[in-house]
Amino acid sequence: MQILNTQTVDVLVIGAGPAGMAAAIAAREAGVSNLLVLEREADMGGILRQCIHNGFGLHRFKEELTGPEYAQRDIDRVRELGIEVRCGTTVLSIDECRFVTAISKEKGLQLFQAGAIVLAMGCRERPNGSLGTPGTRCAGVFSAGTAQKYVNLEGYMPGKRVVILGSGDVGLIMARRMTLQGAKVLACVELMPYSSGLNRNIVQCLQDYDIPLYLSHTVTYIRGRERLEGVTVSQVDECRNPIPGTEKEFDCDTLLLSVGLIPENELTQQANVEISPLTQGAVVDDTLQTNQPGIFACGNVLHVHDLVDFVSAESLKAGKAAAEYAMGQRWSGKFVHVKDGDGVRGVVPQKIRIPESGMAAQGVQLMFRPAGVYENATLRIMDGEKEIHKAKKRILTPGEMAEVTLKSDILNALSGADLTVRIDP
Amino acid sequence: MEITCINCPVGCRLQVTVENGKVTNVAGNGCKSGYHYALQECVAPRRMVTAVMTVANRKTPLSVKTKTMIPKTKILDCMRQLSALSLNAPIRMGDVVCPDVCGTGVDVIATKTVE
Amino acid sequence: MEYDIVIIGGGVVGCAVARLLSAYEGSIALIERSTDVAEGASKANSGIVHAGFDAEPGSLKAKLNVEGAGMYEALCAELGVPFARPGALVLAFDEEQRATVEDLYHKGLANGVEGLEIIGRERILELEPNVNPQVVCALWAKTSGLVSPYELTYALADHAVINGVDFLLETEAKDIHKENGTFVVSTTKGDLHARVLVNCAGISSARLHNMLSDTKYEVIARKGEYYLLDHTVAPAFTRTMFQTPGKMGKGILVSPTTHGNLLLGPTAEDVTDDWDTATTAAALRMVSEKARRTWPKENLRTCVTTFAGIRAHEKGGDFIVGPTQGVKGAYEAIGIESPGLSASPAIAQRLVSQILQDNPLKKKVEWKPAYKGPKPFSGMTIQERAEAYAQNPEYGAVICRCEQVTEAEIRDAIRRPLGARTLDAVKRRTRAGMGRCQGGFCSPRVLEILAEELKVDPTQVTKSGGKSYLLVGTLASITGKEDA
Repeated sequence: MQILNTQTVDVLVIGAGPAGMAAAIAAREAGVSNLLVLEREADMGGILRQCIHNGFGLHRFKEELTGPEYAQRDIDRVRELGIEVRCGTTVLSIDECRFVTAISKEKGLQLFQAGAIVLAMGCRERPNGSLGTPGTRCAGVFSAGTAQKYVNLEGYMPGKRVVILGSGDVGLIMARRMTLQGAKVLACVELMPYSSGLNRNIVQCLQDYDIPLYLSHTVTYIRGRERLEGVTVSQVDECRNPIPGTEKEFDCDTLLLSVGLIPENELTQQANVEISPLTQGAVVDDTLQTNQPGIFACGNVLHVHDLVDFVSAESLKAGKAAAEYAMGQRWSGKFVHVKDGDGVRGVVPQKIRIPESGMAAQGVQLMFRPAGVYENATLRIMDGEKEIHKAKKRILTPGEMAEVTLKSDILNALSGADLTVRIDP
Repeated sequence: MEITCINCPVGCRLQVTVENGKVTNVAGNGCKSGYHYALQECVAPRRMVTAVMTVANRKTPLSVKTKTMIPKTKILDCMRQLSALSLNAPIRMGDVVCPDVCGTGVDVIATKTVE
Repeated sequence: MEYDIVIIGGGVVGCAVARLLSAYEGSIALIERSTDVAEGASKANSGIVHAGFDAEPGSLKAKLNVEGAGMYEALCAELGVPFARPGALVLAFDEEQRATVEDLYHKGLANGVEGLEIIGRERILELEPNVNPQVVCALWAKTSGLVSPYELTYALADHAVINGVDFLLETEAKDIHKENGTFVVSTTKGDLHARVLVNCAGISSARLHNMLSDTKYEVIARKGEYYLLDHTVAPAFTRTMFQTPGKMGKGILVSPTTHGNLLLGPTAEDVTDDWDTATTAAALRMVSEKARRTWPKENLRTCVTTFAGIRAHEKGGDFIVGPTQGVKGAYEAIGIESPGLSASPAIAQRLVSQILQDNPLKKKVEWKPAYKGPKPFSGMTIQERAEAYAQNPEYGAVICRCEQVTEAEIRDAIRRPLGARTLDAVKRRTRAGMGRCQGGFCSPRVLEILAEELKVDPTQVTKSGGKSYLLVGTLASITGKEDA
């Protein structure tokens, strides 16, 4: 029998993508010396490593960077601060006592007792299997991110004639990538009457290359015995059911799916952390702490963001809070719950603590996804029946995260009733 | 005409008036850069190009970008020129891997480091 | 090539026959048209080891089902394949169905099935709280079992390979005839000669039979479609939930699998194309609708995949197992649809004892024991994980995060006696890519390991053989050449 030693860590960060790196940086800057980051991939940087396009960092760095460049800034800072990061290390289990097991090829099985944990595992793509698209199970159907990895990190082309299902940002970006690398992208097909990707990506990834976008359409059949030979695309009605007679056939060898991202919360659930059915991430308070004391969540594992800049900002907060927790800080005060009202999906945080002293030091940022497309709408926050915040919004779309910050004076005046965030068209 | 600004994720919809090939009015822009975008886009659109290039002595490719935007019409030529080049590691982030791509006057630089 | 015995078909029956024959002296080949074994009905079925109450008393189906099912404990223990007997319920929702349940009970008794009991609503809901409360009664078959049909087939094949059987994959029998008392099997890879021929060709078995014999059979391809749900949520049922059977089969079942997933299906639709494993919107909708009768709170949100399998239904309705009529030296298993998996150990035993009776073969001095693959990392305790790593550091690299499959297990799947050659073959042997991301994260890495182990270029790796390539070329070979 081997004797297994448990290592004590003040703050343990799971994941060294943009969220994990920012959380670790903030924790170290807040004074935590016994800090460890575990990353399953061979390198830091997370999904940014394969996002070679530009458009990252405008908010945080005031310049437009590519994914690898954005990641490198955090990697440099992590190294500068001497933060220990164990790459190639997969976390196998966590529990509510913050006991963690992990394994790597280099160090074998590792056991940790953490003072605080920051969950920063990111998200995964929704696969074809979960859609139940009729047809064969041939080769040539990839999630867009998997194709992105083959192209950008491994230097291989997964196909030459491509149809893209879903107009999420990864799908749009891949439409352009595949085109630039010599493939023919025949169509981008979106189930909803609007794209879930950013408008700029529709312009510069589809329109620039004359790739048609079929809104309110979906793939209704996948054809091909060995490799994909083609797909059938049909228009859908308001209930998203295919309309017979609207079928279009596309001969293609590749179908890329960009049909949604799902926070990767299997570890989170092991620790009995409460999961929101709306965001599919943890339910957190304004310190980004979950219902399990000392376990924090940030980035795409908490809720799927549109911009990495927001991931970093959120994760800096989570890292700082985890550091404070590890150093003995406990927050007290009553929670008010923040509810989704009309037009709003998945407000985070779901709980705000009203300080007992009535002295909220800083504001709380609420983030959510609009449930539809709204132009010139009014965003309202209600404290029970009373309006406490109102803002005019020129454009709100599900593809873009919306945010609103409750200033400390508003927080200090909260009645204690549930807050509701809603969009009035 | 109406165009969507691609300068930042907000994606403002711009109403641009063009008279005799010149932009005379821009509306709907949330910031100044939208105005400049409209001026350029309606006359001679330019784009950033990002790509990966194979590195002869490495398994993983190198990600690169044009240092600034290049004319939209030159994008595919740019890809062709880059794919014909052979690189050798080490390459540092920011190194020029293809100077003056397609005669645009714009350099293509590495966006990561390959030791 | 000349062999003493040629077995056609690498399904669960063909592999079980190969394994039993491998205990005897003689040269044996098994030919299989696909890149892997278990590529037909053996990979896409319900994975139920039926207790045996369903088949008509006196039929070969009934006899071999009960016999075969009884052999499972010993067989799976010997092969190292997970097997359990959680039991099954056949649910009746009205008086007519109650009569069917009672009929099944009596059939079961006649077939010699043990552990049968008819239970009422209260007891049913006590056993399975998620059953539709409108249930009136059920047949409880306590011996009903679960096995992974393809894992069983791989283990059988591995054991046969260890004991000298040649597995000729991607080799399809096109024609068979007899020349001077020897069978000549013309295949896509050339002719094979054999003294003894065993036809376990599943969907093609009648076609091959008809080439040799004057008696004619007809096998119909019967498609069954399924939903498979993830195992992160505890399955809604701990036993197999049947509805009362109809003319086309046992109806829609809802059942846990050996890996804790939940399976819903199958439909039964006769199709004209033996390869038609495409799912259809209508059939999947039907599965979902019918399953709701069993499971009113049906939730398909955790669906990881949908799939279809082809079963070989012989028009006569019963199994045909034994010597081929009027053809000396030929043996066959035809029409092996449900309960074929359950019966397969008995089918193989029956065929092999007949072969040995007619063609006495010497027992080998040493019949090497089965290849028991490594214990899955996902099921190990902390201590076991530490020890596995100490033995082999490749246990330290988790490749499939959803199913926690390590590099050590993936390399083992490729190196085992009948090693995986494709992404799907690795997936079924290790579960890498079986989880909720369906290989999104791990497939590039598995592909890389396959290329490395098989010493081929990554562009040559396929999903499931043939031209099912995953990559069409390097960037350098495609970019900038679109005009060419």
